[in-house]
Formats: sequence, C-alpha cells, structure tokens
Amino acid sequence: MSDGTDNHDQAPGSSLWPIGFAIGIACILVGLVISWPAAVLGAAITIVFGVLWIRDTARTHAPVDSDPAHALVDGTPSEAQIAAEGEHLETYGRAGFLTLATIGLGGVIGAGVVLPSLGFAVLPSFMGEGIETNPVDLGPLENFPEGTFVITSFTGSKRQGDVSRRTAYIRNNGLSAEKEPSFTIIYSRCVHLGCAVQPNGPRFEDEAKTYKDVTITPVKPAGFGCPCHGGAYDNEGNRTAGPPVRSLDRYAFSIVDGNLVLGDHFSVGTVDGTAADAVMTRYPVAYPGIHVDGISKWLYPLPVPGAGS
Amino acid sequence: MAKSARQAQVEKAALYPLDWVEERSGLVGYTKWFLFRNVPRDINWMQTLGAATLTAFLVQATTGVFLAMYYKPDPDSAYASIQNITNEVTLGWLVRGMHKWGASLFIILMFLHMARTFMFGAYKYPRELNWITGVLLLVMGMAEGFTGYLLPWDQTAYWATVVGININATAPIAGPFLAQFLQGGAQIGPETLAKFYSLHMLVIPGGIMALIGLHMYLVVRLGVTSPPWSKTAAGRPRGEGEEPEGYGAYREGLIREHKEEDEAS
Repeated sequence: MSDGTDNHDQAPGSSLWPIGFAIGIACILVGLVISWPAAVLGAAITIVFGVLWIRDTARTHAPVDSDPAHALVDGTPSEAQIAAEGEHLETYGRAGFLTLATIGLGGVIGAGVVLPSLGFAVLPSFMGEGIETNPVDLGPLENFPEGTFVITSFTGSKRQGDVSRRTAYIRNNGLSAEKEPSFTIIYSRCVHLGCAVQPNGPRFEDEAKTYKDVTITPVKPAGFGCPCHGGAYDNEGNRTAGPPVRSLDRYAFSIVDGNLVLGDHFSVGTVDGTAADAVMTRYPVAYPGIHVDGISKWLYPLPVPGAGS
Repeated sequence: MAKSARQAQVEKAALYPLDWVEERSGLVGYTKWFLFRNVPRDINWMQTLGAATLTAFLVQATTGVFLAMYYKPDPDSAYASIQNITNEVTLGWLVRGMHKWGASLFIILMFLHMARTFMFGAYKYPRELNWITGVLLLVMGMAEGFTGYLLPWDQTAYWATVVGININATAPIAGPFLAQFLQGGAQIGPETLAKFYSLHMLVIPGGIMALIGLHMYLVVRLGVTSPPWSKTAAGRPRGEGEEPEGYGAYREGLIREHKEEDEAS
C-alpha cells in the first residue's frame, strides 16, 4: 500500500468516469436499434469507464484511520497500534479485493444464468414464432353470393388446430367502379375487449355450405352486436353504440384459381362509404381497446414486435 | 405430585426424538420462540384473519400440487383431464372443489385481512413494509386467480382470458407488450395455456411463498398491533431474550407515553 497516501486528497464526486459510462450505455441502446458493432463498441466503453469509475470510487472511499487509539503515544507506535495497522492494511488490500471479486464473479455467474432464462421466458412472444404464414383458402367464389353477408368460420393455423378457429363476416360487393372484385371481410372479434361479435339478423342455416373445414352460413344482419358489453356496429363495422374505440378489424383478400383467399389482418379507424366504395386507412393489427387514430393513439407509441400482420 | 420413576422414564423416552433434534439444530427452541410470542392483552378475533389467509393459501398449495398430478396443460386434453379429475379420479371432485372454492376464499380473506389492518391502523410506522408486502401479495393472489381461471379450458375460461388479456393491453405504452407476453404470441393458443400453467403453479406461488416469509418475519419482529381502543399500545416486551435494539427503545417510549397519559387523566 505504498500509494495509499496520495489518494485521500481527491474530492469525491469530481470524477468524469460516470459520464463516459452513461455514453457507453447510450451507445449500447442506440446500437441495439441501429447495428450490432455499435452495441459492442458501447459495451466496451461501458465496461472500461465502469471499471475506472469503480476504481476511482474505491480510492476515494478508502478507509481513513481516525481511531484515536491508533495515535502515536510518546512518538513511538504501541504494540496494539502496530497490530491494528497490519490488520487495517490487510482489510483494505486482500479482503476488499476478495469482496469485490466475489460480488463481481457472483454477478457475472448470476447474469449468465438469469439473462438467458429471462430472454427465453420473454422474447419468444415477440419473435412472431406462432404466426401462421400459410394463407387460409376459403373456397370457390360461388359460395359467396353477391350483396349478402355470410358467416365464415375457418381454422387460422393448421399447427394450432381448433384453438385457432376464427370467424369472419364476408360480403361479396360485386365489382367495384374499377371493375375489380370487391369483398368486405370483417373479423368477428369486438374491438372493445375481444369477445365474438354476432350479426343482428336471421341466419339461413339450411343454405349453409362447407369447403374443407370452412363453414359458410348466409345471414342478413342489420349491424353487429357484442354480447359482452353491448358494443354495436353497422354493416361496415363502424361503431354505432357502446364502448368500442374504433371500427371492426378487417382482412385483405386475394383470388387464387377462383377461390377466395384470406389476406392480411389489419385494423381500421373509421370506414367512409359503403361496400365497394368503402374508404379506410389500414393500420397494423392492434389489440382490442386500443386507438389506432386520433390523439389517443399516442398512448400506444411503440409497435409491438411479432404482433402479426 | 411427584412423578413415579416409570412416568419419568416414559416421558424421557417420548421426548427423546425432540431432544435429539434440538441438540443438533436448535429447531425446537426456535419453533417455541416463534409460536409462543407475547401479544397484546386485548387482542381481537379479527387479528386471526391473517392466519386464516395463510391457511387458505396452504390449502391452495397442497391441493394444487396434487391436481398437477392429473392435469394436462395442452389444448387438446386440458378440458378432458379436468373432466377426468372431476368425474373419474377417486376424491378428485373433492380436491378440485377445495382448490376452486378455496381460491375465492383466499381472495376474500385477503381483502378482510387488509380491511382489518386498515381499520386498526396497523399499516402505520413501523409496519409500512408489512403493508407493502401485503399489497404485493394481494396482487400476486389475484394474478393466481387470473392464470388459474384459464386452466379448465372451457368457454368461460377462454373468453374470460381473452377479455382479461385485452384489458391488460389497453394500458398505455406497456399494455400491448404485457398482453403479448401473457398470450405468448400474436394470438391466444397452446402457448398461452402452457404459459399460464407455469405462471400459476411455479412462478407466482414461488413469489407468494417468498413474500409470505418476509411478511411473517416482519410480523414476528415488529409484534402484533394492539386494537385502536387499547391502552397498552404496542404490547409487552418479551419475557426473555434480546429485543431488537432500535425497535425496543421505540416500544418502551410508546408504553411510557401511555402511562403518562393515564397518570395525567
């Protein structure tokens, strides 16, 4: 401990190391978004400045001997004082090092166990691993009579099976002004809290058709209603009453070999116009109860990774 | 009445195992120290609600462990395994019933215990940490209710969980992330059931047990509160053994204050 004397003069808190440490952390965070090398550089900066900071702090807070029992008696050190001095130096040198080493190593080992486990517990939900990429084939266009809704029930994911059974209300709008086929495909889940919305009108069970595991039942709704909390929608999915905060979600579609194929699931703020003339902005699919437009959408500023199309 | 030699011999033989354990671990002494504590003279029946809540939790833990032996957390077999437990397995109806109704009882008792603590002012200094751990226990208990509700995998369970997860999703900023973590992906599916099962039987109970330990430690350290109408405030000191230093002085102070009040009146 030959250098022990010149360290006690340092005023605490004047260190610049924390600033470098903070810059390193910022580099890591920016690097995670932009590129991995930047994150690695940030980690290196963080570690270097962290070590310097800890060293600095340890020096500043090195124990100062102020025990009056250790003061010189008659100019010569007493036996107790010599013993205490030896003990004291020992305490700072080896014990301090061992304490720091134990905490440091324990921290590294702990992080090595906890971080992968936490990542395993949390990250898979956000990697989009469960999302089915095979498009759902709803069968030939003849099954979708022009101008009327049909209740279409299908399996969303072959892998997940029956639990992914979903319902959409589909109306064949005929040809649009541009002579393109037009379908209104409304997802059945209420945009209040996700219950199954029901069509308010007679079902024609005897005219029901099936295609593979898809069932298609004609219905004549005067709007849709949710049994859970009384949300009500018109035939375009616009909210007419109750707690929902936007219009019903929809699906895009494509026509492949004369069959209607379900496309991307998307969320809708409001729908202007009806049927083939309907105009709306497509938003990424959002959880029920979440605003996708207007001021309230700023309550949900961060996109959720792996939330589906 | 003097014991006969035979009586003494029998007693010694009966107590031998306890003495054996005590000599090697001191556990008998600790248990006695834990159980035979001084409490305020005018303690109230309402103050048994905490122990009742603990009992309800132990019932849940015990029955839950055994239900896990027959339950299958898979969308294709979860409902059937619940039917099997209820209708086929010997005494399954009873244990599942205890778990199902005990869950409601646990929540109700937690609220009653909380109300007692509030009414008695038992959350005040120095027991704030007890209140805080208690609130965390309440939250975790309700999380147990939420995750356990999905496990029967019937229509009620499914739609209640859909609505519950979507309520979580409406929280600003973090809500959608929490919802997606809970359902384990973009949709509620097999991952959701397995995740809820793991949360319900491993993660949250572990947290509850740890917090109950802390909660009980604080109860033992700080002592039981007197009812608000009590004149002896913070109870009597332990007959023997060392008091925790800071708190002992505080308690002495309280008792002295009340004595002075009594003498003044």
